[in-house]
Amino acid sequence: MIYGYLCEFSSATSLYQAAEKVRDAGFRRWDVHSPFPIHGMNEAMGVKRSILPWFVFFGGATGTLTAFTLQYFTQVALYPTIVQAKPTNIYTIPAFFPVMFELTILFSAFTTLFGCLALMGLPRLNHPLFTSQNFKKFSDDGFFISVERRDEKFDKEKTRAFLEEIGATNIELIEDEDPS
Amino acid sequence: MANGSTTADEATPTRMEREPLVLNNRSYHWITERICGVVEGRQPLIWWILFLPSVFLMSFLLFGLVYLISTGVGVWGNNHPVGWGWAITNFVFWIGIGHAGTLISAILFLTRQKWRTSINRASEAMTLFAVMCAGIFPAVHVGRFWQVWFLAPIPNANGIWQNFKSALLWDVFAVSTYFTVSVIFWYLGLVPDLATLRDRAKNGIQKFLYGLFALGWRGSNRHWNHYEMAYLLLAALSTPLVLSVHSVVSFDFATSVVPGWHTTIFPPYFVAGAIFGGFAMVLTLMIPARRIYNLYDLITPKHIDNMAKIICFTGSIVGYAYLMELFIAWYGGNKYEMAAFRNRIIDGYYPWAYWCMMFCNVVAPQVFWFKWCRHNIVVVMCVCMCVNIGMWFERFVIFVTSIAQDWLPGAWDMYHPTWVEQITFAGTFGLFLGLFLLFIRFLPVIAMSEVKGVLPQADPHYHEPESGGNENA
Repeated sequence: MIYGYLCEFSSATSLYQAAEKVRDAGFRRWDVHSPFPIHGMNEAMGVKRSILPWFVFFGGATGTLTAFTLQYFTQVALYPTIVQAKPTNIYTIPAFFPVMFELTILFSAFTTLFGCLALMGLPRLNHPLFTSQNFKKFSDDGFFISVERRDEKFDKEKTRAFLEEIGATNIELIEDEDPS
Repeated sequence: MANGSTTADEATPTRMEREPLVLNNRSYHWITERICGVVEGRQPLIWWILFLPSVFLMSFLLFGLVYLISTGVGVWGNNHPVGWGWAITNFVFWIGIGHAGTLISAILFLTRQKWRTSINRASEAMTLFAVMCAGIFPAVHVGRFWQVWFLAPIPNANGIWQNFKSALLWDVFAVSTYFTVSVIFWYLGLVPDLATLRDRAKNGIQKFLYGLFALGWRGSNRHWNHYEMAYLLLAALSTPLVLSVHSVVSFDFATSVVPGWHTTIFPPYFVAGAIFGGFAMVLTLMIPARRIYNLYDLITPKHIDNMAKIICFTGSIVGYAYLMELFIAWYGGNKYEMAAFRNRIIDGYYPWAYWCMMFCNVVAPQVFWFKWCRHNIVVVMCVCMCVNIGMWFERFVIFVTSIAQDWLPGAWDMYHPTWVEQITFAGTFGLFLGLFLLFIRFLPVIAMSEVKGVLPQADPHYHEPESGGNENA
């Protein structure tokens, strides 16, 4: 089973220019692989801004509410205890703010981590691209573009010719081990 | 111009040349080789010379803690009136050191300070280890260590809950949140570099472990998109967090009525002090690491210069706070406050500690106004050592002098640390240094993907100097 093409570019600049061409050619299931995030690549690829902040907003709000509920019920509703002459009703809320703040941050941070992993589809144990020996360079100094077979515009010959035309080198056909 | 005509060249505004962040025009591959080389190669002899004594010191910590828990908290010198002696001093000392890491990763990230990339990884690791050292003290200080779970929001057998109106409980939440968020931030930053180590790994165990923790990272831009957003969010979350943690720590004191503790200046003063002490510790660790592993092109004089400036700035804030405390003690007209500060600086039990703190924290960093001092490694190391010592004394002065002599002269007493406290504190340095050395041994000490991203050729609109025309114009 074919996964798609993997091809290499020489620099961040050439990768950026190639990405613009792949985007303009109308491909959808393709990706760019680089050792570091390249400034402006999202626009060059036509990738939308990440929706992660929305998850984090609701994660943070959950944290605030959790802290408020925890403190209100234990200090006011369940077992009101007068300590340091502080009131045991809702007017004691300023004393709850530090914990509300901390749990907001804590829940937001967990949402950021797990939300980010979920959006990236990681962790995963393997990926067809890892069958390429050349691909190992992506984490060092290699710049790659991969185009998937599942893309509607994918064609074994035409896509290869297109990649050659935009200046790609080391074009490889990646075989997928499991048909999924 | 007084004389002569201006030529066209002089009239054209030119952009000031920026100092490069990585010296000698290094390539991506050079960075990978140099930083992975630290992990993959054999460790130099000096690593073992530092590591073995650290492990030995760590055994002091273990012994001190076992002895304390098995015997009782009376083996420490804490007694009436000083119920919090070295334990709280050491706790605040270590937690303060932990602040520089998150400051470098979060605040300098938000303010687009690109020079942070060479030092953020190591400082974040330092943060985690410092917070671990800090956490030991309050945990064992409770006396009945097996009941430390009382700190967690779980009701006891009588259905009584923790007192959420207490600054001490806020502190539990603040410190544990800080540690957790710092771990998340640090780990997320590590993922691309773990992938680099995975792709270079030779033997099976390395391949498996680095591969497992790299989470299958493949440098995809669709991933970088979410990843960068996550990093930005964590920076934005950590910035108020780092400011809140030491503020909450200062509430432990500021919300009490003890003269010398009951001051509103504490939160900003503690935060500035924490950043100050933390940067000094970052330099204390990074200057030797730079030399041992030959990282001169990555941690350049510019980095040291910048950190020295921050030390000078925060040291001045701390100095201002010291003077303002004295001024308010006099201007406020509260005779107990006045007496407390008089005891601190002139005729109390520990004025020598106050003046030691004053010299180390306020006077010593002022040499950093001079460029020559910021660029002289020996001077920088000496000042950092002064600050490390001075910041410990700052906490000792604030905490111990205030309660050793509080309201009634009849209740005054000296505080002496016992040998158990001394070996326990010495042991935390072993733990700190040992963990840091293990970190250097197994993980990339500099964030490779971030340093590569600030190289000039990483800009997609970069042109080679030969073909791109007048780069030096």
